[in-house]
Amino acid sequence: MSQWLPIAELAAKVKSGELSALQLVERSLQTIAEKKEYDAIIAVTAERARERATNIDTAVKNGEQPGRLAGVPFIAKDNYLVFGAETTAASNMLRGFIAPYQSTVIEKLEAEGAICVAKANLDAFAHGASTENSDFFTTKHPLDKERVPGGSSGGSAAAVVLDMAPFALGTDTGGSTRQPASFVGCIGYKPTYGTMSRFGIVAMASSTDVVGTFARTVDDAALVIDVMSARDPLDSTTIDRDEAGYIDLSADISGKKIGIVKEWMSSGLDGGVKQVIETAAEKFKAAGADVQEISLPTLPLALAVYYIIVPAEVSSNLSRYDGQRYPYSNSEAVDLDESYITSRGTGFGAEAKRRIMIGTYVLSSGYYDAYYNKAQTVRTKLINEFRAAFERLDFLIGPVAPTPAFKIGENSNDPLRMYLADVMTVGPSLAGIPSISVPAGTSNSLPVGLQIIAAQRQDRALLGMAKAAEGLLA
Amino acid sequence: MADLTRDDVLKLARLARLTITDEEIEQYRKELSDILQYVAQLQQVDVSGLQPTTQVTGLTNVMREDEVIDYGSSPDALLRIVPNTQDRLIKVKRMIG
Repeated sequence: MSQWLPIAELAAKVKSGELSALQLVERSLQTIAEKKEYDAIIAVTAERARERATNIDTAVKNGEQPGRLAGVPFIAKDNYLVFGAETTAASNMLRGFIAPYQSTVIEKLEAEGAICVAKANLDAFAHGASTENSDFFTTKHPLDKERVPGGSSGGSAAAVVLDMAPFALGTDTGGSTRQPASFVGCIGYKPTYGTMSRFGIVAMASSTDVVGTFARTVDDAALVIDVMSARDPLDSTTIDRDEAGYIDLSADISGKKIGIVKEWMSSGLDGGVKQVIETAAEKFKAAGADVQEISLPTLPLALAVYYIIVPAEVSSNLSRYDGQRYPYSNSEAVDLDESYITSRGTGFGAEAKRRIMIGTYVLSSGYYDAYYNKAQTVRTKLINEFRAAFERLDFLIGPVAPTPAFKIGENSNDPLRMYLADVMTVGPSLAGIPSISVPAGTSNSLPVGLQIIAAQRQDRALLGMAKAAEGLLA
Repeated sequence: MADLTRDDVLKLARLARLTITDEEIEQYRKELSDILQYVAQLQQVDVSGLQPTTQVTGLTNVMREDEVIDYGSSPDALLRIVPNTQDRLIKVKRMIG
């Protein structure tokens, strides 16, 4: 049982003076302190949080309107720039980087009265599926400390399930919000590409990076999404928000056409996960949905496409960390070239180096056409298959990941095996379509999420479907 | 696709401006070879008649006014994150020997 009321109710009680923002912030900070052994959090932003809470409480006393998220504490993945807070992306490279400006989505949340209380752990630069690639420490699964919480946004996901705050922000490049949400058992939302601004978020792969939302319920997530979604001149990839907004959802599933993705239900899938997905499909049918099997033949190739395109973009985005502009620098170097290569060679962890070198390889002359260009063209084939599927179906469903949460160390010595944790989430990322993980059951007592996917810009419909699923699968 | 050689790895590290240790060379040689073998499966896919996708929501050039806006920061705040400065300039090591 959560200590937090639904977000809309919390904000209403702060606005009426029944609860104070400072009380909520203190409750959040206390829970973070009590559950420190899970290593979900890199740093708290207590001073600024208390100051903001006091200002909100004063505004309420003065009869001012403090916003739709008045006094609601939240936790941001440590790749979001938050004023005055160290923003490390869990990397040695950015240790000591005090954000000189703030992400657009943090601005939007603050403008409605929400309060950032802490920065959560992740795989360094968001490269990974377990938080084991964090340069600092590995976050423990809230239900089993020997297991990972998933990744890369594992700290944010664990923080929500550990009840540290009513919601948390992650990022999702190839599954980094949906997969940890499935592993720990909360809502994890990846919107249509461009729905929210990435300005002020440490870039990983710009053609798929999106803001991810973790919450306990679909309604809580939807309210936060509604506050954050807008075009932003500072991120030219942003798109117009849905005119109907993202709240007051219709949770009617009756008559909806739902495709269960054949390619994800076959070999290599954990038996318990398969059972959970099949049971969900049966419940949707019983509730009046038309559930049918659908094949997307190119989908099994999505992971190979992803692990060409994403390292290519990573190698480009991480070129800015050169030992001259951000805090980490090797001061022993005698000239500039040596300063570049030794700062990067010692400042980056193993996974960042692997991705930079793969990216460098697939973009290098002689290999560009065979790898990068080919991957971008297979991406078109995949997008066409999704588009064709959504011409006759409202939603696709399937697992989020092939297994429930794995053990710490189980995949960490084999990078390719770790990549396979993303096999079911990378397709929607490459196509820029929205996708959500909704808690749907358990396998061996570990949470399992159902992935629900919709056509591009159908975020509002997807959230409604997720709300229906939440009711049927609870 | 043939496995990468030690020289391939050293060349990649050089292109990517990364130092790597002797032990790392063999580790990356094996890991990068595995990853490249895996992604090479795309080379068999028939993509005739298809164009590469570079932007998924169909946006083309997005223009805005080039205006100074206040986002609560300052040149000094930006310079504070730089490892080495002198007289409000970023200082780097010498470029030629």
